[in-house]
Amino acid sequence: MSAAERWVRTAAERVAADAERLTRLDAAIGDGDHGHNLERGFTAAVAALPGDAPPGKVLVAAGRALVSKTGGASGPLYGTALRRAGKALGDTAEIDAAALATALRAALDGVTELGRAAQGDKTMVDALAPAVAAFEQARDDGGDLAACARAAADAAERGAEATVPLQAHKGRASYLGERSKGHMDPGAASTALLLRALADTVS
Amino acid sequence: MGIVVVSHSRTLADGVVELARTMGLGAARVEGAGGTDDGGLGTSIELLERAVAAVDDGGGVVLLADIGSSVMTARLYTEDADGAVVLADAPLVEGAVAAASAAATGGDLAAVVAAAEEAREYRKLG
Repeated sequence: MSAAERWVRTAAERVAADAERLTRLDAAIGDGDHGHNLERGFTAAVAALPGDAPPGKVLVAAGRALVSKTGGASGPLYGTALRRAGKALGDTAEIDAAALATALRAALDGVTELGRAAQGDKTMVDALAPAVAAFEQARDDGGDLAACARAAADAAERGAEATVPLQAHKGRASYLGERSKGHMDPGAASTALLLRALADTVS
Repeated sequence: MGIVVVSHSRTLADGVVELARTMGLGAARVEGAGGTDDGGLGTSIELLERAVAAVDDGGGVVLLADIGSSVMTARLYTEDADGAVVLADAPLVEGAVAAASAAATGGDLAAVVAAAEEAREYRKLG
């Protein structure tokens, strides 16, 4: 089983285990469906996993399933992230730090293009952007794949925490204006969860 | 000319389609893609694909979307389409009505998108 497939399976388990927490976060400032939407999406992603395919193809297939089955905005966003990452990996058989850095950067670019969110808007970008930067920094510092992925997961978790005082400028939460402050962004929270799953998968 | 109404809610999509078809004088092809596959609130790219296929007569398709995942899904769909499917940057109801009216009077894809986008400027007071 490739690292990509192990990651999709681990991510699906973590999302299912944390669906209630993600949905509660979303109920505070959104429409209260993030956890369950993502659980449905990742269940579909696991079902769509091609057997014995290179990591890039695994991610593209999982991304397509997320787009189709998630239901909320996180479907197109995470779906795009995975598809772009998968395409960036191409036919690479083994993922190393350099390949994953390129894939993560492609995922971030896909998310920001589709969602038009910038850092500070209180979205998943607030976790993903610092995670990608931390991954690249760790790689430049000579870190191996596991160290880079841990740095990314740590940065994503800090980024998600840092969304708490922010006012939302994108998504359903932006309709709340000032009242969106004081809650963690559910998309940033799920991004942190997915990147922790990645770190644990490659460690 | 086809028009597809993309909404979180099947009920809302059906209502907007009903209104747009009336304004389209029976000439505009309008279909809805509302809610998730199982009828819940959300957006389904599969329902969107089906609606586009149903209205596409070769002259292009304009998408009107409500909020959040509907906008995101529509945007993603148009990225993968080859320019023949366009998301109008317009409010759902006013945009759909304006698009249907423009399509009914023989507007091409660019004209229908422009009509829908002009609907952003419709004021309700003054």
